[in-house]
Amino acid sequence: MSPTNAIAHPYMANSVPEIKAAMLKDIGAKSIAELFEQIPADHRMKKPLKLAPGMRSEADLKKHLVGLLRKNSTCETHLSFLGAGIWQHHVPAICDEIGTRSEFLTSVWGTAMSDHGRNQAWFEFCAQLGELVGMEFVGLPVYSWGCAAGNAIRMAARITGRLEVLVPETLCPERLAVIRQYCEPAEMARHIKVVPVRHDARTGLIDLKDLKARLSDRTAAVYFENPGYLGMIETQGADIARMARAAGAETIVGVDPISLGVLAPPSDYGADIVVGTIQTLGVHMSAGGGAGGFIASRDEEVYAREYPTLNISITDTTHPGEVGFGLTLFHQSSYGLREEGKDWTGNSVYLTAIQNAVYMSLLGPEGFREIGELIIARAHYAARRIGAIKGVSVNWPAGFFKEFVVDFSRTGKTVAKINKALLKRGIFGGKDLSKDFPRLGQSALYAVTECHGADDIDRLVAALKEIL
Amino acid sequence: MRTSSKALPTVREVHQARWNEPVVMEMGVPGRRGAVYSAPEAVVEKAVGKAADLVPAAMRRKNRPALPEMTEPDVLRHYLHLSQMVHGMMGVNLFGTCTMKYNPRISTHLTLRPELATLHPYQPEETLQGLLEIVHSFDLILRELSGMDQFVFQAAGGAGAAYIHACITRGYFQAKGELAQRNEIISTIQTHPCNQATAATAGFNVITLPLEENGYPSIEALKGALSNRTAALMVNNPDDMGVYNPQIKDWVKLVKKAGALAFYDHANFNGVMSKIRARELGFDACMFMLHKTFGGPKGGGGPAVGAYGCSAELEPFLPKPIVRLDDKTGRYRLDADRKLSVGKVREYFGNLQVVFYAYAWARAMGGDGIKEASDLAVLANNYMEKKLLAIPGVFKSQPQMTMHRMEMTRYGLGPLKEETGIGIVEVGARMTDYGVDSPWLSHEPWVVPEPFTPEPGELWSKEDIDYWIAALAKVCEEARTNPDLVRTAPHNAAIHAINGARLDDPAWWATTWRAYKRKQAPAARASGKASASR
Repeated sequence: MSPTNAIAHPYMANSVPEIKAAMLKDIGAKSIAELFEQIPADHRMKKPLKLAPGMRSEADLKKHLVGLLRKNSTCETHLSFLGAGIWQHHVPAICDEIGTRSEFLTSVWGTAMSDHGRNQAWFEFCAQLGELVGMEFVGLPVYSWGCAAGNAIRMAARITGRLEVLVPETLCPERLAVIRQYCEPAEMARHIKVVPVRHDARTGLIDLKDLKARLSDRTAAVYFENPGYLGMIETQGADIARMARAAGAETIVGVDPISLGVLAPPSDYGADIVVGTIQTLGVHMSAGGGAGGFIASRDEEVYAREYPTLNISITDTTHPGEVGFGLTLFHQSSYGLREEGKDWTGNSVYLTAIQNAVYMSLLGPEGFREIGELIIARAHYAARRIGAIKGVSVNWPAGFFKEFVVDFSRTGKTVAKINKALLKRGIFGGKDLSKDFPRLGQSALYAVTECHGADDIDRLVAALKEIL
Repeated sequence: MRTSSKALPTVREVHQARWNEPVVMEMGVPGRRGAVYSAPEAVVEKAVGKAADLVPAAMRRKNRPALPEMTEPDVLRHYLHLSQMVHGMMGVNLFGTCTMKYNPRISTHLTLRPELATLHPYQPEETLQGLLEIVHSFDLILRELSGMDQFVFQAAGGAGAAYIHACITRGYFQAKGELAQRNEIISTIQTHPCNQATAATAGFNVITLPLEENGYPSIEALKGALSNRTAALMVNNPDDMGVYNPQIKDWVKLVKKAGALAFYDHANFNGVMSKIRARELGFDACMFMLHKTFGGPKGGGGPAVGAYGCSAELEPFLPKPIVRLDDKTGRYRLDADRKLSVGKVREYFGNLQVVFYAYAWARAMGGDGIKEASDLAVLANNYMEKKLLAIPGVFKSQPQMTMHRMEMTRYGLGPLKEETGIGIVEVGARMTDYGVDSPWLSHEPWVVPEPFTPEPGELWSKEDIDYWIAALAKVCEEARTNPDLVRTAPHNAAIHAINGARLDDPAWWATTWRAYKRKQAPAARASGKASASR
């Protein structure tokens, strides 16, 4: 045992022996052990707890933790072209400054008055996101993009009374797995059938003929994304929404909001429900721990009354001219109705929403335009340069946002092998698609953001030329 | 000033910051800039042309989003003002069922280091060895505390972990070909609502057992509910009121005998931490909340982690991937090739920054500290009881249950309400005027009138606890001597009491600025207000 362990623990004020004794005396008990009288003897641990003694010295603890962290390589030590659902975007310093403020970091269930500032920040997350996606109703965030899509599909199923959803066959496998979870297996009474819709191999976009063939009076919703998982900007959104509406189905669009300074908001082309990621708005990747999602729609009761999320509304106070923020539609949540509630809610990624609010107000309309233009330009530059390497092609060389599919099949080398060689040169190559999408051959999904300069792209191209 | 106990300290009126801060949508001036991004390099523009032309014409944004235009320091100042109007853990708050702990700031700082913050989940495993080692090492700590054989961290909250259990229950009975038959999950009325809700979302019918006189449901009620339709039991223990079910071992035996799975929601782990192991009681699976019991921050509601652990029998069904240590090479890897796995409940493999907090906390506490934390939590709760019951108007749930409660106790202000007409919501609001946050009341349904559930845990000092009790005593006294003062509270908060009456009115609710402008702003203008916050 480390010599510090006889000392009171720095996280526990009452670990001073005299205080414990005084409290016991007040209770009228002889020992702490007797306070656990509710636990029967035969419930007690059979083997004693075997854990290392505590490291009460922060200096020792830090040394240990930093030692572990140092074993990682990062997207700063390496040049990374990984995306596919989690992206390396610049996180402005004040997003971290605000996201680590003790008041926000430690808050939980205060009242609308005592935690007013947090409630206002939540509202400002919804308000700003509402402007980006062009919707009037925005719920507080959910765990991830996939969870948001799953929730939205369940909302559509309840609204339409139908149990089938059409999704692009090129959907992100991680997201699809989550969606399938939310749609339940076939044995369950409320199982929602997930039907893939083909993509047009020439354009990378949804095959409208196939969509038409699969739409029916069983279709609760058509779900598609902009940009899609393979990077393409779906230009047929208005047609898709029109076809869905004609079949009596809802249109759910998944978006990456960092694109919405340059791309049309989904409300422009007929989305009923919008979902998406919030990781790209000022949140670190943290190996996927930065994931977060949102749900938005028109402010119509038919939608609002199906939200599983907690929702924050602006309102007035007893003081004329003052505003406050309180939860609306709380009763329909699982907190209010338990198993009768809309799906479920609980802890989500609410602190992330505050960082998002900071990010959106920092960028403003011009910042979103600039970052969108910078990303799309650099991504196309990367695609042109990579596509010019002998034996390498870019499947759809235009019409994408920040990601594109690179086909290495004709080089005779696997993506796995190429990525290994890139790693040796300090580069994380794009996400290997060969297992998830065998029809694409030896392809990889490359992501380029504002973090990648032209020099970084040139370095990648030089490395690829060397390897291939 | 008179308080109901001479031993209690004097309470002080405090005042929150009141910045009267405008909504961000009203701030800024056209042309001002916060974050600026460079134009594409000349070489880029030369190669691809104008960036705007790269967006397909049909998909170009026509109208700029109506976001504020502010400088960086203005944005910083705005959100600092908002942060200063958040009570958070700045005062004393004993939110029961939430287990308020200190969130060591060493972890806050370290999680921002690039070695964690800038990791991508698809990086090659050999570049993530430190991270995977942390996950695996923490898994081993939880195994030792619970007796389970494997943990996963994919669930982004306690409810997410309950959902994993519902999904694993589906997978387990699907593999046995019994899923169509086993479509019921049993829970209890004082088990957290996420259990019933996630079971229902996973497609199960839910049976909820009511409480009996002794504070927990009877074993007869359980027997009556069990059948060959039962898929699982999902239960808290101690429950939402701090009552430990002494028959839980027999419950699990009965559930297993019926061919069903038993899941232990360890939301209230502080009371039994280091005293029992879920697996030794016969449970098939359990869940820990890393943002509660293990020192991770609440964040106002996440990012959080529900760590889900289970027996070797259920392990094949766990969500993927799982972090494994290859004993031969000493390398860590992500095992995603798992045929029976239920798949995913959320993308990637967890809020690893929160797992990091929990690992750091567990190492700082150690086995000795974890045991002491549980001891102190139960000590503090029992210390509170005598003093709280000395306050006229306060009563304890299940008063006939005389054994010491565990880490928290549910009380009620029913007697005070009957006497003065003032209940817990008003009292809670007034307590904030003394720098003490309004207590956690109760999850639905309220089985105790005017409930409140303080949980002191191991963090708060004896002086903090005394102060909290003194604040409650003071407000109960005010309810008799100056009821209007309590009824119109809070007086010292960032804002005055909100008008909650119209929050559920579709003509009034507004979750965005757009909706506000359409619904509420015209009324505000008509009554002479210049803007939302003036």
